[in-house]
Amino acid sequence: MSEPHAAPRSGSDYETVLTGSPATVAAFDTHEKGALQKVQHFLHSSPAAVPLIVLVLSIILFGVVLGEKFFSAFTLTLILQQVAIVGIVGAAQTLVILTAGIDLSVGAIMVLSSVVMGQFTFRYGLPPTVAILAGFAVGAFCGWINGILVARMKLPPFIVTLGMWQIVLASNFLYSANETIRSQDIAQNAPILQLFGENLRIGGAVFTYGVIAMVLLVALLWYVLNNTAWGRHVYAVGDDPDAAELAGVNVRRMLISVYTLSGIICAFAGWTLIGRIGSVSPTAGQFTNIESITAVVIGGLSLFGGRGSILGMLFGALIVGVFSLGLRLIGTDPQWTYLLIGVLIIAAVAIDQWIRKVAS
Amino acid sequence: MTSEPILSARGLVKRYGRVTALDHADFDLYPGEILAVIGDNGAGKSSMIKAISGAVVPDEGEIRLEGRPVHFRSPLEAREAGIETVYQNLALSPALSIADNMFLGRELRKPGFTGKWLRKLDRGAMENFAREKLSELGLMTIQNINQAVETLSGGQRQGVAVARAAAFGSKVIILDEPTAALGVKESRRVLELILDVRGRGIPIVLISHNMPHVFEVADRIHIHRLGKRLTVINPKDYSMSDAVALMTGAKAPEEPVVA
Repeated sequence: MSEPHAAPRSGSDYETVLTGSPATVAAFDTHEKGALQKVQHFLHSSPAAVPLIVLVLSIILFGVVLGEKFFSAFTLTLILQQVAIVGIVGAAQTLVILTAGIDLSVGAIMVLSSVVMGQFTFRYGLPPTVAILAGFAVGAFCGWINGILVARMKLPPFIVTLGMWQIVLASNFLYSANETIRSQDIAQNAPILQLFGENLRIGGAVFTYGVIAMVLLVALLWYVLNNTAWGRHVYAVGDDPDAAELAGVNVRRMLISVYTLSGIICAFAGWTLIGRIGSVSPTAGQFTNIESITAVVIGGLSLFGGRGSILGMLFGALIVGVFSLGLRLIGTDPQWTYLLIGVLIIAAVAIDQWIRKVAS
Repeated sequence: MTSEPILSARGLVKRYGRVTALDHADFDLYPGEILAVIGDNGAGKSSMIKAISGAVVPDEGEIRLEGRPVHFRSPLEAREAGIETVYQNLALSPALSIADNMFLGRELRKPGFTGKWLRKLDRGAMENFAREKLSELGLMTIQNINQAVETLSGGQRQGVAVARAAAFGSKVIILDEPTAALGVKESRRVLELILDVRGRGIPIVLISHNMPHVFEVADRIHIHRLGKRLTVINPKDYSMSDAVALMTGAKAPEEPVVA
């Protein structure tokens, strides 16, 4: 089978010379690579490495400049608390972006779900657990609508979620009548809504339940994305939906499940949000959608889908958190933070493009 | 032919808007043979292949597998029935590994609790199986079964796709232009692979524009023209220019099809 003359019928004349040629037809490329190519290969196979390196470097940098003030258990865990919401919403955003989509409605779904949780408890007097479930149902429903429009109607995710963002945000203001539910009322009547604001202290380190939930959620999704068929299909659909379909993946069902799960995770972020700010406010989390996309992009995930790791998203969110708090402690104008984050976004995409060249 | 066709189709019709891609097309594949399907661009070869591989649902007509009518609504259903297809675009996910690609859509889960409740994939088993199949077919020397498919050459990718079909195709394997994107030596390897797969008793449908390849390996040649089967010829009785003449309409078939 390895030599042409073994074939039952001889090939065309022009091929007879092939018997004299080397038989290593499809051997893997083993020639020595330059150091830069090795780095490129390493980064290609470990997509979360770049954001991790940047994160560690930035922590060291601010640690050297600010000393104890920054490099303490309290400050470092404060950063975690500040990125908890973005980290959770970023997990939802990661799933959608891995399928080569984008979800602009994540922040709005989060706020609407938190408002539903609050209003169902205080306006209708339902038990808080029922109200929380209702909040999850609302989140799941919004995500499911996104999924149906993207997967069945074949509308571009950007347009679908841009519209959904406006619709959900407006529904949120209309339904809540722009009223905030005060923190004291919640603490008195429905403390479970503030569950994720509780914390665990280990020395100077403060871990809110929200932080722990974010870490567990990211770890769970990391497992699911890498070790289950569903997870591999998320990547396959983002990579090449037609190929995935022909290989036997139900692309429509996959997309609907991803957008629905994104909605559910956003509802969970809404619950965590109540713990973080104490009150239920329809005006909270205005920029969460952009912040979650920023975390995903700095985390090295490709906006074209199919590439990157959810751990990268977490590192991306932490990089933003480190820069925000570090620069604030130094006492610079907060605009510098935004400027630097802008630079990071562009640098992250440039590095992504460079790493992708390994394929060609 | 005395035996019954393993896969046959009668009167397939498929319309896309006002275009009729398939106009009452027939098709027959007999056990253990290599049937080449040739036809000019736009003759409806792809539509017919997609209909029998489940990628499109025909508007009319009947498909029979081993004599029983089948109605595939997706490639997955055709696959479950034992028909494997290697598409021209290979249907591989570039960023996923060789092993992931071979098992895409039919992943193995670990036995016991971790597989049943945690839905954990059995990577070890999948990697071993993939490695075994690739070396069995003599297609490549694998260094790393976990490397992404996008880092492979065109011939290697074709090898992965053909190996996937050969590994799982229990009744019929359909190859769509398997040598179109390959070099001379890589084409030779794929042709040998095709003969090897037939040697194992699995019939093959080969769609190709490459006449020397078709005439070399095919047992029968199905000529498709204007959305239907024009005729089926034996490559021993006809020359390549006869086949091209029939395919393009420069010559009429001598006798109607007796399938």
